[in-house]
Amino acid sequence: MKYETVIGLEVHVELATKSKIFCSCSAHSFGADPNDHVCPACCGMPGMLPVVNKRVVDFGMKAGMMLNCDINRVTTFDKKSYYYPDLPAAYQTTQWFAPVAVNGLVEIETSKGKKGIRIKQIHMEEDAGKLVHDIREDTTHVDFNRTSVPLIEIVSQPDLSSAEEVEAYLERLKSLLRYAKVAECEMAHGTMRCDVNLSVRPEGSDKLGVRAEMKNMNSIEAIKRAIDYEVARHIDAIENGTEELRQETRRWDDIKGKSYAMRTKETAGDYRYFPDPNVMPVVIDDEWFDSIKASLPEFPEVKKAKYMELGLSEYDATRLSESIAIAECFEDALSVCGNAKEAANWVISEVTRVLNAKGMSYEMLTLDGKVLGKLINLVLESKVSRANAKKILDAMFEDPELDPIKYAEENDLVMSNDTGLVDKVIAEVIAGDAKAVADFKGGKDKALMALFGKCMKQLKGNVDPATLRTMLIDAINKL
Amino acid sequence: MYNVKIDCSVAKKVIADDMILTKGVATTAGSKMLEGFMSLFTSEALVRLEEKGYGLVGKAKVGEFGFDLLGETAVNGALTADGVLKLAAAEAVLANEADVALTMDINGSVRRAAAQTGLVSVKPTYGTVSRYGTIPVACSGETVSLMAKNVADVKDALAAVAGHDPKDGTSLPDSMYVTDAATPKRIAVLTDMLANVNADVKAKVDSAVAALKADGIEVVEVTNDKIAAAKVAWNILMSAELCNNVSRYDGVKFGYRTPNFTNLDELYMNSRTEGFGELLKTAILFGSETLSTDNYMKVYDKALRIRRVVVEEFKRLFQEFDAVLMPACSTLEYTVDAVNNDKYMAFNENFYTAPASISGLPAVVAGGVQLVGKAFSEDKLFTLAEKLEKEGK
Ligand SMILES: [Zn+2]
Repeated sequence: MKYETVIGLEVHVELATKSKIFCSCSAHSFGADPNDHVCPACCGMPGMLPVVNKRVVDFGMKAGMMLNCDINRVTTFDKKSYYYPDLPAAYQTTQWFAPVAVNGLVEIETSKGKKGIRIKQIHMEEDAGKLVHDIREDTTHVDFNRTSVPLIEIVSQPDLSSAEEVEAYLERLKSLLRYAKVAECEMAHGTMRCDVNLSVRPEGSDKLGVRAEMKNMNSIEAIKRAIDYEVARHIDAIENGTEELRQETRRWDDIKGKSYAMRTKETAGDYRYFPDPNVMPVVIDDEWFDSIKASLPEFPEVKKAKYMELGLSEYDATRLSESIAIAECFEDALSVCGNAKEAANWVISEVTRVLNAKGMSYEMLTLDGKVLGKLINLVLESKVSRANAKKILDAMFEDPELDPIKYAEENDLVMSNDTGLVDKVIAEVIAGDAKAVADFKGGKDKALMALFGKCMKQLKGNVDPATLRTMLIDAINKL
Repeated sequence: MYNVKIDCSVAKKVIADDMILTKGVATTAGSKMLEGFMSLFTSEALVRLEEKGYGLVGKAKVGEFGFDLLGETAVNGALTADGVLKLAAAEAVLANEADVALTMDINGSVRRAAAQTGLVSVKPTYGTVSRYGTIPVACSGETVSLMAKNVADVKDALAAVAGHDPKDGTSLPDSMYVTDAATPKRIAVLTDMLANVNADVKAKVDSAVAALKADGIEVVEVTNDKIAAAKVAWNILMSAELCNNVSRYDGVKFGYRTPNFTNLDELYMNSRTEGFGELLKTAILFGSETLSTDNYMKVYDKALRIRRVVVEEFKRLFQEFDAVLMPACSTLEYTVDAVNNDKYMAFNENFYTAPASISGLPAVVAGGVQLVGKAFSEDKLFTLAEKLEKEGK
């Protein structure tokens, strides 16, 4: 029998607002000491009242619009009660009755073509803290830095049917949310986390199979492995009766490559949702709605099409539009240098080279594309050689304020227009290495490279390589 | 009477009940759970009073989390005189220890105390006085409340504390404070509230009606069983919110922690079992049930609807009347014996106070009776209260 897999995802994304959702503590505690970013409100002390951070609603609406959702013009917050030491007030403020966005659609593309994935809803909520287990002392410490950091949870309909589609969907969410600049979406940083709901049924059946839920998956590769494992487990159970499938929450052990049922105690519970009387319904009037709508970026496809109209290849256009940081860098560089091909090459090969060398993601790019444009101009105007321009680019990553021409002048990286100097250097190099000259004349091309390198070094790279090469050969031939 | 007494030489003295957070002075909520609890900040209402020259003379003891009948559940024992329950904040004012009591009206105990002692109190329109820095119990209806010997002192204190506070998300913008100060002409007496009161209370109502009539106010008897249904709904909403609000006291972060635990579940259960009193535990269990998936629509959601009905019924009455007069309690004294025999009296006596609690409407107690008005009509209610005060002298 043939089977089909039915998958729905619940994706938690940390919103990139400066402060937390209900207090003014910083929402970014990467590198901070435990409990550095807490106040009586976000550690649940009595007497503090939640005041909604408007930016969180801005970002929630933006995310909803990016995923083609309807925005609830009156959106409310509710309390979800459960006990856990990382939840200081023993309730999480979330959206249960009227989430900010509903009924969305996200288009994905896989080897099987394009497909629409429906979004059930996006709701805003606060994150919980973290427990830190101290093995030496056999104790557990609580860190509230992350409590009340704003999250959105994006709940899809069960429209996904393979690990490949899940990957495409998650990549698409990342791209769209990063385009809107509402979230980092870095699974490795925990700013994107994923719950997978999966069931398997005979192909064509309209009845859903028994559902397994895997919580808090934090890498796309792990998710793919977990899905493949679960699908095999379900089919095995259905066909061979190896086990009785139960609706349950399972934990994926990525090292062992297996999933385990969690004790029911860890998953059972009635969250006793009710409207939070301390948070007034948020009313999104036309002015607010329109201002968010107007602030939306172009979608990646629109940018890609525009880039192809500029004469770029589809490959280049795709690479440039994948990430908003890269797209903006390219557009800024282009606005200064006016040469799409050059700007594309610099961004695709050079900028990404430096990012890779530094182990940085596209989103961490702080380079000003306009300054890159200036650098490209220096190359196009033959003021700086390509090789030296790359050195300047490296320096630009270190110092965002850097002015390329000033830096070139100060560090002797300006191309020499003084052919007299070039002649002089060539003459010295030839005179100093008679063997290499003889080898070259004897037909060994490699020997020329040695001489070329010496000249280039003495000229500090400030000469056009092609010109140097011609002048060098001329000089040897004249001997 | 005091949980903490403070030396204070300021002319205008205020006593805060132990639901009002005070930096540097313990706030216990009358519970073992918060014994010795030191808040990191002071309530906005007290800060505003202090800015206007009031000085804090101490913290008045309260029943556990302030929602009981009249302080009978205080962890360190109820305040009583001759076998009769007394509310500490009211006693402090009567004994001239303080000019004003700053209290939380969670379930009407402040109004009951004012009615029984002849003090004046105001439970202001919901959202007009910041709840920042007050221990949360029943957030959708509880308000900061003020009590003093006369209308003028209550009025002054209210003027000091009222006004928008950005730290409270339910605090109304100043632009909404359109005080209705028109001279009151007609009031209604809600007869549903008179059926079960004793002769003392009935006498208070009668003399209040007589005084108002004598002053040219038209008094009309009305009946409204929908408003009278407020109690049932309020008990549900209050208990549910209470259950949720006191969940934070779990022995992990602050407050009482049991010494008897070997794992997390025991830490939670034993801390709360040992730290909370009986009435509170009853309310927690009741509240938790009303919010369960099975009961939410049947119970909690219905209570929310009754709240809307009560609000609508009051709105209808206020098209005709400037205020609704009703008692604040069924008797002018609660004996310790009576409360020992019926531990849940607080869930029944709030029949008289729940209508204003659930609807967020202002209520002024004076001359032993309660006047409920439409939102922002405090000045009108004070005008009526002054007439009752004049009569009393
Ligand atoms: Zn905070």
